[in-house]
Amino acid sequence: MEAKQYIGEGWKHAILIIGAIVVMLPFYMMVSMSLKSQQEIQSISGGLIGAQETQTFPVCVKTGYSEETCTMKPYQYNYWFAFEKAPIPRYLMNGVIVTLSIFIIQVLVALPCAYALAKLRFYGREFVFSMVLFCLLIPVHGIALPLYVMLAQAGLVDTYSALILPWTISVFGIFLMRQFFMTVPDELIDAARMDGMGEYAIVWKVMLPTAIPALLAFAIFSVVAHWNDYFWPRMVITGNRDLFTPPLGIREFRGGIDSDEFGPMMASIVTVTVPLIVAFIIAQKRFIEGITLTGMK
Amino acid sequence: MGTISLKNISKSFGSTQVLNNLNVDINDGEFLTLVGPSGCGKSTLLRIIAGLEQQTSGDVLIDNKNVNRVRASERDLAMVFQSYALYPHLTVRRNLETPLRLRDYNAFERLPLIGNFSPSKKEKTESINQLVNKTSETLKISELLDRKPGQLSGGQRQRVALGRAMVREPVAFLMDEPLSNLDAALRVHMRSELSELHNSLKTTFVYVTHDQAEALTMSSRMAVMIDGNLLQLDTPQEVYDNPSSLSVAQFVGSPKINIFKGTSDSSGTVSFLNVNLKRKSSESNTDLHIGIRPEHLEITNESNDNTFSGIVAYRENLGSDIFFHVNIEDGSNKIIVRGLPQFTHQISNGSSVNIKRVSDKALLFNQAGMRVQFTNA
Repeated sequence: MEAKQYIGEGWKHAILIIGAIVVMLPFYMMVSMSLKSQQEIQSISGGLIGAQETQTFPVCVKTGYSEETCTMKPYQYNYWFAFEKAPIPRYLMNGVIVTLSIFIIQVLVALPCAYALAKLRFYGREFVFSMVLFCLLIPVHGIALPLYVMLAQAGLVDTYSALILPWTISVFGIFLMRQFFMTVPDELIDAARMDGMGEYAIVWKVMLPTAIPALLAFAIFSVVAHWNDYFWPRMVITGNRDLFTPPLGIREFRGGIDSDEFGPMMASIVTVTVPLIVAFIIAQKRFIEGITLTGMK
Repeated sequence: MGTISLKNISKSFGSTQVLNNLNVDINDGEFLTLVGPSGCGKSTLLRIIAGLEQQTSGDVLIDNKNVNRVRASERDLAMVFQSYALYPHLTVRRNLETPLRLRDYNAFERLPLIGNFSPSKKEKTESINQLVNKTSETLKISELLDRKPGQLSGGQRQRVALGRAMVREPVAFLMDEPLSNLDAALRVHMRSELSELHNSLKTTFVYVTHDQAEALTMSSRMAVMIDGNLLQLDTPQEVYDNPSSLSVAQFVGSPKINIFKGTSDSSGTVSFLNVNLKRKSSESNTDLHIGIRPEHLEITNESNDNTFSGIVAYRENLGSDIFFHVNIEDGSNKIIVRGLPQFTHQISNGSSVNIKRVSDKALLFNQAGMRVQFTNA
């Protein structure tokens, strides 16, 4: 009986492991290529990290550096050249500014909205909520052009505002938080009112702390979407390289004399992806711990 | 002071009338219970007193001041909820502090960090700490102060919820079925604790429950509500002995009162089954309901014109009492009779018994369910 159980569990794990490998493989390729030399990448040899032979890199020399500077191990070269060629820290900082601003403003808007839709009784509430649901159906790309025209009219193209403003009202966030607030017992809100809290105090001091798990789920969704967004920054950031977000930054390695320099390109992608993975791992731990509502009943 | 007056309170949700023109005067220091079956509007009435719900018409007066337009937080009432409604993310200490912080600190002092620069804050914090410590000692929850509500048992949460209501020293406590989430033994225990607390605080308690036993044991007066109407407001003993209507008689008392169908003749003599009552009804020549509580019926060996007989269908042994569910011989009634264990322990299911009533205890109700008095009583 026990042995049989182990075999059954083994099958499940085998299938899950295969799935995990399929998902992890591109990441493996990315990390591996960011460490290897150009020849090794093109000949698909050298395993994970390649031979790491010290060599002189021709593209580097062509860019104008001395031959001495351009002689180093491939992994050093890839990461050094990636940072040398593009201001990656600046891009990362832009990414942080944009995604955090978007998320914070989204929360500032979505929480009071969700609270009103879930817990307050007012005329037309159902209509407003159906409008929220309706807005969920609108594809971003459908309204991209009007949005761009409006931003251009307002003179906001090529600014942080252009990157942030269109995303500050998240109907998905309102919907998600509203569904969560529906599960918070009315008595908790009544108790807060009896204690003397106003409605805004209830949103920030009672609803927000109980909604941390839902808020984290929304944070992952929002931050990942806007950190990785290529489409919108590409539209509204037309010239100013100082405003490039990480995905726009990666594009720097495409085209031109070094169009097939995969090493530095992969190195830059690794640098751009790592903060997100780290953030996710931290959030995931909190996610599983959660704040339970067991204090309620 | 803590008097609460409700004048002509009505409440409807849409076209549904929930409360029907209620008038209640609650005295200072009284333990008033609002009792009734679920859906009778008692919780709505409590929420109207609290200010969490707006009445459709009528006035709420607290200490003779009209508070119709006063917000819940400014009525100086405290409420204990059925689900306790503790803030799950705060420790017990912070839960107790919250109402005081909101009352005592001004907006600036409530700000994080920079609020600490206010010169008066330190003093206020100290008085808050003292109040919290005093309350937690009264309720014996001092050792729980650093825990979160999720780490407490049901009874402990109940105490914390009481504490959060008490710290503010409000003019009245409103309690919405606070014991119904506890297990049976703890519930009985908390009843006596609540009564003691009421005796020591001498504050007005308004207590909502659907459990008539809680109402009978704890309250100084109880208000029986059914279908949004206030049917009777009196001391528990008076409500039990002298119910104003059939619904009240049936709601109060466990097991339920036995109801027999009977008639009164032209002289007012009431008869049911084969029994005639000695006392005369004030309504003659009519069909009546005769109510007799289980403890006013006895199992007897006699058989005369004052007894009737039946078959025991079910025997409910509570240790101190045995309740016999008896099918009356003509099949018209199923009644409950209380028996003392020392006399009746040998009676089993299916045996035939004679039942005698204790005289002067029957209650009469007319067809409309209203109480009918005896002429010579």
